[in-house]
Amino acid sequence: MTTTSPFLSVADLRVHFATEDGVVKAVDGLSFAVERGRTLGIVGESGSGKSVATQTILGLHSRETATVSGHITLEGQELTGAPERTLERLRGNTAAMIFQDPLTALSPYYTVGRQIAEPYRKHRGASRREARERAIEMLGKVGIPQPAQRVDDYPHQFSGGMRQRVMIAMALVCDPDLLIADEPTTALDVTVQAQILDLLMELQDEFGSAIIMITHDLGVIASVADDVLVMYAGRAVERGTVHEVLGAPQHPYTWGLLTSMPRLTADVEKELVPIAGSPPSLLSPPPGCPFEPRCAFVDEVGRGRCVGQRPALPEGRGAACHLTDDQRRTFYAERIRPRLA
Amino acid sequence: MLRFLLRRSLGAIAILLIISAVTFFLFYAIPRNPALLACGKTCTPDQLAIVERNLGIDKPVPVQYWEYMVGIFAGRDYPVGHCPAPCLGYSFTDNRPVLETILDRVPTTFSLAVGGAVVFLVVGLSMGMLAAWRRGTLLDKSLSSASLVLGSMQIYFLGPLALALLVYNNQILSQPEYVPLTEDPLGWFNGLLLPWLVLSTIFTANYTRMARSTLIEQLREDHVRTARAKGMSRPTVFFRYAWRGSLIPIVTIFGIDLGSLFGGAMITEFTFNLPGLGRLAVDSVTKSNLPMLMGVMLFAALVIVLFNILVDACYALIDPRVRLA
Repeated sequence: MTTTSPFLSVADLRVHFATEDGVVKAVDGLSFAVERGRTLGIVGESGSGKSVATQTILGLHSRETATVSGHITLEGQELTGAPERTLERLRGNTAAMIFQDPLTALSPYYTVGRQIAEPYRKHRGASRREARERAIEMLGKVGIPQPAQRVDDYPHQFSGGMRQRVMIAMALVCDPDLLIADEPTTALDVTVQAQILDLLMELQDEFGSAIIMITHDLGVIASVADDVLVMYAGRAVERGTVHEVLGAPQHPYTWGLLTSMPRLTADVEKELVPIAGSPPSLLSPPPGCPFEPRCAFVDEVGRGRCVGQRPALPEGRGAACHLTDDQRRTFYAERIRPRLA
Repeated sequence: MLRFLLRRSLGAIAILLIISAVTFFLFYAIPRNPALLACGKTCTPDQLAIVERNLGIDKPVPVQYWEYMVGIFAGRDYPVGHCPAPCLGYSFTDNRPVLETILDRVPTTFSLAVGGAVVFLVVGLSMGMLAAWRRGTLLDKSLSSASLVLGSMQIYFLGPLALALLVYNNQILSQPEYVPLTEDPLGWFNGLLLPWLVLSTIFTANYTRMARSTLIEQLREDHVRTARAKGMSRPTVFFRYAWRGSLIPIVTIFGIDLGSLFGGAMITEFTFNLPGLGRLAVDSVTKSNLPMLMGVMLFAALVIVLFNILVDACYALIDPRVRLA
């Protein structure tokens, strides 16, 4: 963390949805920052608010039902509450997004060339021909063979991995400074996953963009992220560099994620340990630590404190947990690490 | 495309054969002798037998049906002369060739149905777009409520009401009548305006609601969100992406509605006393005029089947997944 204003900064972001049952606090006080050329991995279960938070950056949340507060600044420009026109100029241009399912995320009615060229024409004022050439160039860059022929094909004529390459070409067509990838490899098979991640990293080296990689897969985090943010129930519970978070995790939830993940190097006899319970309702979150009902370490702190007081996430490296640093180090070394070996 | 047309044509022929057989045999299920009607009050059994032979109904029903079908495909000889294929026979009541009468009446029904469809597609779909564009607002809610009310306005209720209010009492619209388009385009338009509006009311209401809900559904689609994420403007997202995706369900419903549109046109003709196929069908039932009834039924079925094929072919235009599959 630097003291000068970061490239993208999200401060105390809250996204609340008014539903018939009450207010759903999908994102509830989230802060993070990303620098150019760095990759921030955001990891968490389904419903932890990672997708909502990042879609809110580009203003893609539903304007009718969502209430947003806090600050999102990109290169010093405030984006929360910015008019739709401002956001339109930004989207696909300075900041672009890749979605999870490349089959449904591309329009079935237009050729991939047209879909890739569209933002280039709009943001760069390029002519039809220039945009088409650019689309072919981008298709080549993301590794689609015979791009000049495939540019006129429709999405359904591509395989899943190729479609995700098309998505990436579309997102990168205007050289965005920020790329948000929302589970870009979840819908793909494992060999293709690795290719797509490699491609993203290569393109990051070339364009120097900042990347936010949203995933529930710690394997993806390990292979691409520089920094990691662990989200739980609409908040960040742990933050650090990828070595810190994966090498010496501090939050019991992160421990749970690690021990529930299968590894190729582990003893096959050893059982995976799922995190007990399910994520809390975001409708009326309890006042204390949101992870308290599922946490195995509550008694080490004292239940009263965990139930009654919400732990804060410190600036920089740290975890939002009432355990002391010593306790965390001891518990990780004695109880968690042996299970990961 | 060629295989599609071939397959659908075979299906269409099968449907038409079934409809013709059902109509033919159903007609004879009604215990009434058309010859008795033609023969008049002072009819002796001998005279009746002659009339029956003249009408061709003295033979067993399956034989009659066979001769009728042969007539359609190969033409048929009558005492009055040869009737070339496709021969639909002669009317029992006025001895005119059935085909001639039907072709006389087609322009009325066709004008009514096509004009009505244009009205409800244009008005209904644009109202639906408006409601979806401004969803959640007072305008959206008013349009939705109005479409619920108008969606229950049956033609036989709305027709006389509109006639009384707009024509007889206030002279806002002219008296419904059929003037051939080729003779007097303005008169054609004026004469059919009220029937069009009445015929299209329920459809307009339904298409408003349908267009609204499909559009709102489409606006939640992933690929529409992608378009927004690319920085496309709201109109582009709405029309180029969401509207495009709505076309498939709308065309599907339109294909299904063709039958009710044709039926609605017939009821409208009856309501406004216009000389179309609807009146012809009703008259031929009440007068036991078998050849005319068969002719109208087959013609109506043929038109609906053909338009259905046309609508299905439209899928290929709209959706590249169909076109290239």
